[in-house]
Amino acid sequence: MINFTEVMETNTMIEKENLDVRTITLGISLLDCIDSDLEVLKRKIYDKITGTAKELVPTGMAIEKEFGIPVVNKRISVTPVALVGGAACKRPEDFVEVAKTLDAAAKAVGVNFIGGYSALVCKGMTAADNFLMESVPQALSLTERVCSSFNVGSTRTGINMDAVRILGGIIKRTAEYTRQNDSLGCAKLVVFCNAPDDNPFMAGAFHGVTEADAVINVGVSGPGVVKKALESARGKDFETLCETIKKTAFKITRVGQLVAKEASKRLAIPFGIVDLSLAPTPAVGDSVAEILHEMGLEYPGAPGTTAALALLNDQVKKGGVMASSYVGGLSGAFIPVSEDQGMIDAVREGCLTIEKLEAMTCVCSVGLDMIAVPGDIPETSLSGLIADEMAIGMINQKTTAVRIIPVMGKNVGDIVEFGGLLGYAPVMPVNSFSCGDFIRRGGRIPAPIHSFKN
Amino acid sequence: MNKTIITVVGKDQVGIIARVCTYLADNSVNILDISQTIVSGYFNMMMIVDTNKALKEFGAISGELEALGKEIGVIIKAQREDIFDMMHRI
Repeated sequence: MINFTEVMETNTMIEKENLDVRTITLGISLLDCIDSDLEVLKRKIYDKITGTAKELVPTGMAIEKEFGIPVVNKRISVTPVALVGGAACKRPEDFVEVAKTLDAAAKAVGVNFIGGYSALVCKGMTAADNFLMESVPQALSLTERVCSSFNVGSTRTGINMDAVRILGGIIKRTAEYTRQNDSLGCAKLVVFCNAPDDNPFMAGAFHGVTEADAVINVGVSGPGVVKKALESARGKDFETLCETIKKTAFKITRVGQLVAKEASKRLAIPFGIVDLSLAPTPAVGDSVAEILHEMGLEYPGAPGTTAALALLNDQVKKGGVMASSYVGGLSGAFIPVSEDQGMIDAVREGCLTIEKLEAMTCVCSVGLDMIAVPGDIPETSLSGLIADEMAIGMINQKTTAVRIIPVMGKNVGDIVEFGGLLGYAPVMPVNSFSCGDFIRRGGRIPAPIHSFKN
Repeated sequence: MNKTIITVVGKDQVGIIARVCTYLADNSVNILDISQTIVSGYFNMMMIVDTNKALKEFGAISGELEALGKEIGVIIKAQREDIFDMMHRI
């Protein structure tokens, strides 16, 4: 039978160390909504989402109450809209209408984000992909909860450099369209290499075409719990350090598995995966940077940071895979700047630079995330940053992503407030030398040699 | 059996157990196990209870226990046992 110490341990994790289920994300396929008439398409999308997700928020709240574990976000991901809207949308403005429909459906069922305003363009672009891409600045400025993502490269296909070039401009325009809100639109726009089909985390979530009609994916979090556990391993060797992280990751993931199974049962929707990511929030004690600090780094960015993060990411996965039958999504450690107080402090102290962050993305689960840069950055430099990150993903056969915010009217050292879970960030300097001629070449970077596995 | 863990944490005073147990008895909740300690003036109690024959829904009981806690000046939480089982048992 469960004993007193175990109960107290779990409840201390929840109450004092910010253990929570970060998101229950309901993936919904919109493929059966396809229609050549825009109005019909919009109605079908709205009806399908509000019908399938009707009980999502109440179920999340009931689970939260019964198990005493906060379920912070309830969200929806849908089939990449470029695929769904291709038949009906003949210009970017048509896609904006679909975005508004998604936003309305999200509001109707009470979820705080809906992901999947996306296109998969890792090799080439259709006319619909192009229209959707062009519509992003307007779509993200006219909607509140819609998140957009693009997969522009993969280990199997190489990198679509045309898409990378265009997206540099799209990010810049999105920043301009939402300049009154510190260019917040860009916080809802992610560019991927090797994007997973079952990622429950925003802003990059979409419901892959290989998925079932509807599926429940759950993202757990708990950097605070790992940090606290590591306090007991101060001064000990790496074996002890790794063991401690692994055991903690196991416990955290078990909670995710329980919640995912329970949500799946109550909603009568199949369980997809648990994403066992350490996702920080701006709250004190909910920080991946603090784990790195506890491991022995003065601030993240110091020499040794990449090694520490590699160790952390790997141990989190090792602990987590045994705790759940299906692990997927991004699974690992997230290193967003604005959403992690310790990362913000490191940037302010001058310890953490974009170049070091790029190195860290080689060994963490995602990429350059929630980084604010000066609003006057050239479009080609944004494309260059994306290309670098995509190359890391392509060569290392891992997911990488870029979510970067060129903040209009702000310069290096200024502070940008995004609010809520998105936090705040100091504007960081970017290398000012040009990569324009490289980006403007056009075409794609071929798949790497190790993609030929047939 | 659907087991529930009730935890009570707060400053010690006369009658905490009595009031919690009275509430549970009034609502047909059977107590299976109690452990309780005082750590530097702070009251810590864990109960394992069976809510199968309870007169109310789980949500109502947990809400009322929380309210009772506020009245007494302690924190009372009711959680399904599964979360602890999942985390601590393989």
